Amino acid sequence: MGDVAVHALRGVTLDLLPGEFVVILGPSGSGKSTLLNILGGLDVPTSGEVHYRDHNLTAATREELTRFRREHVGFVFQFYNLIPSLTALENTALVSEISENPLEAEECLRMVGLGDRLLHFPAQLSGGEQQRVAIARAVVKRPEVLLCDEPTGALDYATGKIVLDVLDRVNRELRTITAVITHNAAIAAMADRVIRISSGTIAEVRKNERRVSPGELAW
Amino acid sequence: MRLSALDRKLLRDLWHMRGQVITVALIVASGVATYVTMRGAYESVAREQQEHYARYRFADVFAQLKRAPNSLTLQIASIPGVSVVQTRVVVEVNLDIPQLNEPAVGRLVSIPERQQPMLNDLFLRRGRYIEPGRHDEVLISEAFSSANQLEVGDSIGAVINGRWERLRIVGIALSPEYVYEIRGADVFPDNKRFGVLWMTREALGPLFNMEGGFNDVVVSLAPGASEAAVLDRLDRLLEPYGGLGAYGRDDQISHRFLTDEIAQDRVTGIFVPSLFLGIAAFLINVVLSRLVSTQRNPIGLLKAFGYSDVAVAVHYLKFALVAVMVGTAAGAPLGIWLGLGLAHIYQNFFRFPVLTFVAGPKLIVSSIAISAMAACLGALSSLRSVIALPPAEAMRPESPPQFREGIAERLGLAGLVSISARMILRNLERRPWKAVLTVIGMSFAVAILIVGFYFFDAIDYLVQVQFRTAQRDDVTVTLAEPHGEQARYDIRHLTGVLRSESFRIVPARLRFQHCSKRIAIQGLESDADLRRVVGQNLDVARIPHDGLLLTTKLAEVLGVEAGDTITIEVLEGERPTRQVPVRGTVDEMIGLSAYMDISAVNRMMREGPTVSGAYLSVDSEKLPMLYSQLKRTPAVAGVAVREAMLESFYRTIAESLRISTTALNLFACLIAVGMVYNGARVALSERGHELASLRVLGFNQREISFMLLGEQALLVSASIPLGFLVGYGFCALLTTAMQTELYRMPLVANAKTFAVSVLIVVTASVGTGALLHRRLNGLDLVAVLKTRE
Repeated sequence: MGDVAVHALRGVTLDLLPGEFVVILGPSGSGKSTLLNILGGLDVPTSGEVHYRDHNLTAATREELTRFRREHVGFVFQFYNLIPSLTALENTALVSEISENPLEAEECLRMVGLGDRLLHFPAQLSGGEQQRVAIARAVVKRPEVLLCDEPTGALDYATGKIVLDVLDRVNRELRTITAVITHNAAIAAMADRVIRISSGTIAEVRKNERRVSPGELAW
Repeated sequence: MRLSALDRKLLRDLWHMRGQVITVALIVASGVATYVTMRGAYESVAREQQEHYARYRFADVFAQLKRAPNSLTLQIASIPGVSVVQTRVVVEVNLDIPQLNEPAVGRLVSIPERQQPMLNDLFLRRGRYIEPGRHDEVLISEAFSSANQLEVGDSIGAVINGRWERLRIVGIALSPEYVYEIRGADVFPDNKRFGVLWMTREALGPLFNMEGGFNDVVVSLAPGASEAAVLDRLDRLLEPYGGLGAYGRDDQISHRFLTDEIAQDRVTGIFVPSLFLGIAAFLINVVLSRLVSTQRNPIGLLKAFGYSDVAVAVHYLKFALVAVMVGTAAGAPLGIWLGLGLAHIYQNFFRFPVLTFVAGPKLIVSSIAISAMAACLGALSSLRSVIALPPAEAMRPESPPQFREGIAERLGLAGLVSISARMILRNLERRPWKAVLTVIGMSFAVAILIVGFYFFDAIDYLVQVQFRTAQRDDVTVTLAEPHGEQARYDIRHLTGVLRSESFRIVPARLRFQHCSKRIAIQGLESDADLRRVVGQNLDVARIPHDGLLLTTKLAEVLGVEAGDTITIEVLEGERPTRQVPVRGTVDEMIGLSAYMDISAVNRMMREGPTVSGAYLSVDSEKLPMLYSQLKRTPAVAGVAVREAMLESFYRTIAESLRISTTALNLFACLIAVGMVYNGARVALSERGHELASLRVLGFNQREISFMLLGEQALLVSASIPLGFLVGYGFCALLTTAMQTELYRMPLVANAKTFAVSVLIVVTASVGTGALLHRRLNGLDLVAVLKTRE
């Protein structure tokens, strides 16, 4: 915007640890999406560094970022973004086809509770079911990082809780680092760690003593 | 003037979708350009023909005869229905043109000593009319003059009735009788070696023993007169004088060619533009329906704010109209420019005093109206959905597309097809009509190319069969009069002649039941090798010992079959009438011919071994000597040199064919580019969100390009076999439509024609695909995380 530099994020230092469930909280415009884009290899910061294990993502080319996403990152979008022309099973298999050591697509769909909806097209599924297909699609490649952008944002209360329950189970069973971005503070209780972003900076990092099961959450 | 907010939105939409707007506009431009060119050429040539004929009094009836006294003129004039009679002396002589090795044939036509209005009157391009009393002065036709670079003041040599004469050119002239200047039996015009010369009757008459007589008559008819009745009366009147049969304009060769060409322009001027505008309408439908579905929200808003259904629909109609009018604005001037070029080419074939290409206001207005119609047609279904959309419904996102198992699954082949391929197949199956129409449109691109190249194949084949397999002589010599055995011997002993085969040509009228045809019966040697009779399939037909061999077309005209017996009325000498059996037919591609064994002809004529000329095979090194010998041989009326004629043919006809084919190729490429580009752009707009999601999930650009462009590739592939069928069908249709008595185009298309057509369409498609592949670079990956499509 003209010659005024806008910093979406400034002075953020953050580690995501193996197997951990992190909730990143913040109001809209706080910079949490920018953080997720950088973590997911969709964007690179103008200054500072991003590392994934021994890779330095800061200087990565577009191709390298694509490979990083392909090999290590699973995404879950607010609006599911399933391919409408593919069935639940095919949406999941589409990703497993380009992975080196994927899980069985069918197994993933059973894990998210959709074992009986394998051959349904997205238009034949409810919002919650679509989001669970999206989760199955994200985890089928055995990602080390699962990034979820407002995964319950488009869902009602009951359905939202089912989706969170699936995410919780995936995290526990597959030991995938799971980062959930949300403005819904109630979700924070199910995390190992809660990071609150405000105006582009980390306002607070809090460790939960105990991870509350999604069933116990209320908002 | 301030633009309304809605019009500003229109401009922005147009700018945003400029790639698609431009491709639609280009296809419209092609359609409008061909319409303006062909329709304009049709109108211009037809008008010029009419005016030229009227102003220079083109005759209605023509007849040639041996010789009749001038006193017969009054009797002809008294035939009911005859308005003006003009008798002439017309003879063909051997000419010696400077800078031309071979002898040329000059047709000398008599004109009055003092210039006065006459039938088939002359337009003097340059120079002056012949001065009374100057018997060595001639006017020559413009086609002949420009082919040989002959100018006023030049001289040419001629063998006139056995005497060597010098003729001085005093003027260059044009006649409505020779707008298309071609020698009777020829297939192609050869203006270098055939020309018309006009001399005064006073000069020409004595040279050919025609003082007080004539051998050619032209007649104009009174309004409402029956041509058939006049022809009949004239024939009966001329019969004792060696009449060769009178005929009307329909059989006058220049008129026939010109009229055929005009008719062809008329058909092309309807057919080709309809094809383009049909495709443009389809593309408008594709582009506009996508625009409307992405703008459901704004449509709802506008309606909610109080814009009427019609006002909103008109807004989208304007989009289609602007795209089409941009094309029309480019196409009309292009059409005029091409038309001027075409008129220029026409001037090499059709000699008018002036041939101006005029695209009048009516033509321009009609081209605007036609393209506007195409826009409306293309926009129709989108406008209907705009009007039908209730505002509340419009504000909601479109319901997600419904998919079902594709054809692969239903056939149990799912395992064989990758998931990406399944996406492609299901997308196509979801809108089968769109896919079908795209394939049809693309197939037209392939078909147009095939048709363009087919002309070359057909003409090459025709030349190959007619001038390499059938006609294998180097030189054909035609004698002024039939001669006996001695002539055969003399010809064989001309310089450089390796082999000679005589022929006997007899003018006759063939009759079978109520059908009749004037034709020259060709008597060939039974073991002829230099001139064989060859059918379309290269099968050499044997000349029967007795009876006739007819070309299939002539048999069709007369309604006879092998085994029938027909009546031959000979129009020469004793004019005998004979019953002769038809022994067979041969599907030659050129002209109407009747063949007989030369001795059978001689028997029929009750004459000795008489010849009209000979086909020669000549030692090429001795050709120049042979030519100069022939130029000065009085008995020789004409010399045809095969290679020279072919060379002239390829220079003129093939050149103009190359120009029109290049234009067709360009147009076909535009169709291919327009189809692929719009198809892929709409697919990108519909599926950009989906593809960006896949990029986020780690798919690389190549993989998503496959998903997007694979659909287009599949459509292009499907269109190729269909294009072959449609193209071959067009060729077959053209072959039938262009079947005239003058020639029949063979239905042959080489494998190369198909291969090159595919190559061009595939190259255009791949180029367009590459352009779009780069566009995929620009997909906004971040946006998909946040937005619902």
